[in-house]
Amino acid sequence: MTALEPIQRTDAAYDSKIEGNVFFTRLDAAINWMRKNSLWPMPMGLACCAIELMATGASRFDISRFGAEVMRFSPRQADVMIVSGTVTYKMALAVKRIWDQMPEPKWCIAMGACASSGGMYRSYAVLQGIDRLIPVDVYISGCPPRPEALLEGLMRLQRKIDKEHSLIEQKKELLEELA
Amino acid sequence: MTAAEVVKAIQGHFGDAVLATKEHLGEHTVDVNLDRLHAVMRWCRDELRFDYLVDVSSLDHLGEEPRFEMVYELYGYSHGQHLRIKAKVSEDQGVPTVSDLWPTADWHEREVYDMMGITFDGHPDLRRILMWDGYPFYPLRKDFPLEGKPSEMPDVAFTGVAPLEGGPFVTCAGGQDTIAREPRAKRV
Ligand code: SF4
Repeated sequence: MTALEPIQRTDAAYDSKIEGNVFFTRLDAAINWMRKNSLWPMPMGLACCAIELMATGASRFDISRFGAEVMRFSPRQADVMIVSGTVTYKMALAVKRIWDQMPEPKWCIAMGACASSGGMYRSYAVLQGIDRLIPVDVYISGCPPRPEALLEGLMRLQRKIDKEHSLIEQKKELLEELA
Repeated sequence: MTAAEVVKAIQGHFGDAVLATKEHLGEHTVDVNLDRLHAVMRWCRDELRFDYLVDVSSLDHLGEEPRFEMVYELYGYSHGQHLRIKAKVSEDQGVPTVSDLWPTADWHEREVYDMMGITFDGHPDLRRILMWDGYPFYPLRKDFPLEGKPSEMPDVAFTGVAPLEGGPFVTCAGGQDTIAREPRAKRV
């Protein structure tokens, strides 16, 4: 693929005195703005990190402030897979299958040391990082990371989405299929 | 009835089948002959009222003969005593199952089979319990590397080798000072 020109950073132009109810914006910016503020997570809770994921979803940390409170237990309705916990080899292909069932555009957050690199489990039973099977957008360090760290990861993902081209980059698999 | 009396009773009833007894920090262990293991266990349950099988585990004494050792932890609710029973097993021997005495032994023995490769005679359903059917190794054996071995079963599961950066690093037990005891790389 040829190099894409960088996304222009002006999101919208609006002057209420002149334009009334009319917005001018770029399609990428509008689509990305909608996508990033309504990320539906697929909670892939596999071990202790999932406890912090639950805390993030609960009232004290309140992930809905960032538009990601709609946890979907069906991969077909999810946008971002939060892999929180130890991915054993026995579970690895199941995680991969669920990832494959998620429709594009989709993103992945590797939450915690285990999901990022196998963590303290240098062993025969544990996959050494979920990035060996699926592409990861954001890695969060910690064992477990605090809920604030997960929220920070989520905000970084939002910033990343903002800079992507809404069709060419976020619908890659679909375009490959059509080609 | 105290655990010491229990050990005496077993010795008195089974004589030569009891190979050794040991007391350490109030814990009593009885080593028995594998041939009489099932009889000892049944007697412990029926006559000595050890109605709870707490755990079943196994040891790998690599390089010794017999290589493996079974360990059973018993407890009696009516008298509150603990007892440990051990029996050595060589690589080509099967262990009589105790799942007919305590149903809980079913899954414990499957785990021992899965991790160590010790087989149980008379077990109703001897399949792997943690790893998947068809996994080719027994990962808790001493000659199995900590980092694992590669294996592949298409559509079921796969395993790889974990990076250990020269390790595993193991504390050297029995050293005189902390320098001698410091964890070092160890290879089998
Ligand atoms: S990174 Fe730590 S807290 Fe998270 S799953 Fe692994 S061991 Fe548990």
